[in-house]
Amino acid sequence: MPKVPRWLRRAFSSAVLLTFLAIGLGLIVGTFVVIITTTPVLDAWRGLFHSWGGPGHALKTTFDYVGAAYRDMFTGAIIDPNSLWHSISTGQGWTSTLTPLSETLTYATPLTIASIGVGITFQTGLFNIGANGQAIIGGIAGVAVGSSLHLPTVFLVPLTLLAGVLGGVITGALPGLLKSFTGAHEVIVTLMFNYVANLILIFALLSTPLQQPGQGNDISRNLLPGALLSPLFGTSSGLRVNWGVFIAAGVVILAWWFLERSSLGFEFRVSGANPHAARVSGINPRKITILAFLISGGLAGLAGITEVAGTTHFIDGGFLVGSAGIGFTAITVSLLGRNRPVGIMWGALLFAALGVGGRSMQASTGIPLDLATIIQYSIVLFIATPVMVQEIFRIRTRSTTELQLASQGWNT
Amino acid sequence: MRVELRGITKRFGSFTANDQISLTVEPGQIHCLLGENGAGKSTLMNVLFGLLHPDEGEILIDGKAVSFANSGEAVRQGIGMVHQHFMLVPVFTVAENVVLGFEPTKSFDRLDRKKADEDIREASRRFGLEVDPDAVVEELPVGIQQRVEILKALNHDAQLLILDEPTAVLTPQEIDSLIEIMRSLKAAGKSILFISHKLREVRDVSDVITVIRQGRVVGTAQPSDSEAQLASLMVGRDVILTVEKQVGTPGAARLEIRDLVVRDDRGVAVVDGVTLDVLAGEILALAGVQGNGQTELVEALAGMRAVESGTIVLDGQDITNASPRHVLDAGLGHVPEDRHRDGLVLSMSVADNLVLNTPRRAPFASRGTRRRAEVRRNAVERIRDFDIRTESPESLVSSLSGGNQQKVIVARELSRPIKVLVAAQPTRGLDVGSIEYVHRQFVRQRNEGQGVLIVSSELDEVLALGDRIAVMHHGKITGVVSPTTSRETIGLLMTGVTLEEATRA
Repeated sequence: MPKVPRWLRRAFSSAVLLTFLAIGLGLIVGTFVVIITTTPVLDAWRGLFHSWGGPGHALKTTFDYVGAAYRDMFTGAIIDPNSLWHSISTGQGWTSTLTPLSETLTYATPLTIASIGVGITFQTGLFNIGANGQAIIGGIAGVAVGSSLHLPTVFLVPLTLLAGVLGGVITGALPGLLKSFTGAHEVIVTLMFNYVANLILIFALLSTPLQQPGQGNDISRNLLPGALLSPLFGTSSGLRVNWGVFIAAGVVILAWWFLERSSLGFEFRVSGANPHAARVSGINPRKITILAFLISGGLAGLAGITEVAGTTHFIDGGFLVGSAGIGFTAITVSLLGRNRPVGIMWGALLFAALGVGGRSMQASTGIPLDLATIIQYSIVLFIATPVMVQEIFRIRTRSTTELQLASQGWNT
Repeated sequence: MRVELRGITKRFGSFTANDQISLTVEPGQIHCLLGENGAGKSTLMNVLFGLLHPDEGEILIDGKAVSFANSGEAVRQGIGMVHQHFMLVPVFTVAENVVLGFEPTKSFDRLDRKKADEDIREASRRFGLEVDPDAVVEELPVGIQQRVEILKALNHDAQLLILDEPTAVLTPQEIDSLIEIMRSLKAAGKSILFISHKLREVRDVSDVITVIRQGRVVGTAQPSDSEAQLASLMVGRDVILTVEKQVGTPGAARLEIRDLVVRDDRGVAVVDGVTLDVLAGEILALAGVQGNGQTELVEALAGMRAVESGTIVLDGQDITNASPRHVLDAGLGHVPEDRHRDGLVLSMSVADNLVLNTPRRAPFASRGTRRRAEVRRNAVERIRDFDIRTESPESLVSSLSGGNQQKVIVARELSRPIKVLVAAQPTRGLDVGSIEYVHRQFVRQRNEGQGVLIVSSELDEVLALGDRIAVMHHGKITGVVSPTTSRETIGLLMTGVTLEEATRA
């Protein structure tokens, strides 16, 4: 192997580059999945053993299908150059040209907010596995306010969002208090609160005034029009991207300021990096634990209500349940972004793009959406094992330990 | 079995943990390895047990050179190790733990419990190790858990037992029964390598004593040698430290400690009625062999450990059981004993570590926002004033050498407005240059009228720095003497002899 120049190795050692390498490896894994699961491609490879076709044919078939899959994923998630050119030259069809980007941003909005909440606890050396439950409670609280108070938009939107935040804060405070005063492990408590939140959701939808009048199903009343985060380009535009994008952007900026520039954020990071030294330096671990969970819960609640006010406008029994559970995805996205706000934002955009693009790919090529999921989690796996990625690309650096710290497991 | 270590050298990066160590354990001998924490005892034992590979040197068993790729091979050669922190499965029974990995089986690979129980009863009888094979390990007291560890090693047919600081976790009664067990093992022909820094038990039980210090064998001693002789070997005198300082002008008491009682994590009163004054403009050196309550005393002063009774008054302000934040704000500078664990955040920059306990203080922050320019300017100044060798203020503190890391802590504490500085083992593991530098800073602090309390188990450091020397043994102050007192007298005080007896001797 030729000697890799020093500057190149140094560049390769950076966390950002490792992330890109992980994404690349995830796409390679996806390629293999396409090969073994797509009948025509598999047949082309089988042909090698039965001497029809040949290696050229097999490779060409592979490239055709994988290329189509990834191309459709890209055009379905970001933009289709042909459609863009068409819109520019004719001034027509902007809605369909911009729909992919709009969808990706729509999905990324609540995911970014929730993931930053999770990332803040990770940076503090704590684990909030309950963001999904906190988001659900935030959603319920927000709907309670936003569907019942007949106020002008300028008051109702902030009040609805505030209710969502408070719902999350209260749900997040409990594990924080339990950890601080009884030592109950926050992973267990937050995890279990997700189930509590699911049941509270069903209860709220079936047995309280929140239920849609005249409905027997688990479905809530709609938010009042004045409580909605309206689409950026107006309701008639057909593009779902809404003002929640700016809330998410604001959260990214505020969280960045908080962690990198504020005194309290510094204390959070010291506590996360070395709890012993934090105590000796006069940082009260109880206070930090409680505050971290308040902030994290509040952001999860905000994510929940942003999803409702921006996209769904009501909640039902499937709200953030199963694959829609952004609070769980937030854990992986936070890992992907190395628990830093800006990194998390890119991570959320990538996850949203893969999800949206995957759906479009499924529709046009018949390759199942699961491919996108496999790619998403392969990337996370490679991110979580920087040592392995460095081995694959023969990168030897000192920063490995630092990277491992970012993806470290449960604390004790 | 005769085990010989020849010229064992083990390095970790630039740090030499073991430097050409040679020693021989004869069959049926209790050989003690005596040395301070960090002297390299555990490293040596991990080499012998196959957990670490020596960079140089060889291990001979009955005259034949062996090398262990892992601890399994060491076990097969008849070496057993009882670690300081037990390696037992807490929810398993004694019998299950003992046979783990070497289970006796019946047909179809079923565990033969009866045979396991019998084996343990038999071993218990032979060596006087009373244990109930059916008891669950986590419900047993520490002393009995240790017996289980010993039984486990014996069950693997160990001929040489390594006991790594076995008494560190035991009560005095448990120590007595451990010593009984060691004697009966010896009578049965087993060899024992016994690691400790506690002089009394070492003299009690050993046949031969090898003293190591800073990774080197500094001498061999007999159990008939006095504790004072052992102590002075252990704390060493190969570097004569000189600190230039004029006679001080001590003033009023800055730190008043009265009848302080502090318990350790096991609930033992390891600080047992300590009364001390640190005066303005003096360095009070607290001497003593490690593990006599100094660590817990400092933790109590820093607000890190609850005070059971007694008071701590800092410059007229009662800081007994105050929070660490309160203690720091009241003006206590604290150089912690374990700088990596308690003193620094290794994954953060030098600049951030220099404001670790003052992040909210002006000018480093205003209205909750950090002022990074000020933090950086502070770092540039500290790096210049305290001669911290670092590439830049933004370098991670983990990239610095041990001496420069310690300078970061000292610089941080001395540049805050403090009234008393408490420094625990401030020069452990540092090179001579850094030691001198740190010492000069302490003297400067004294000359400016602050009180300085140095806790050290290095006798040379204590003698060189102290204006007065207090000696601690077993949680009590055995005497407060002047630095002109002979080493022998201080050595005796370190072993618990009273001041009158020590001066008469």
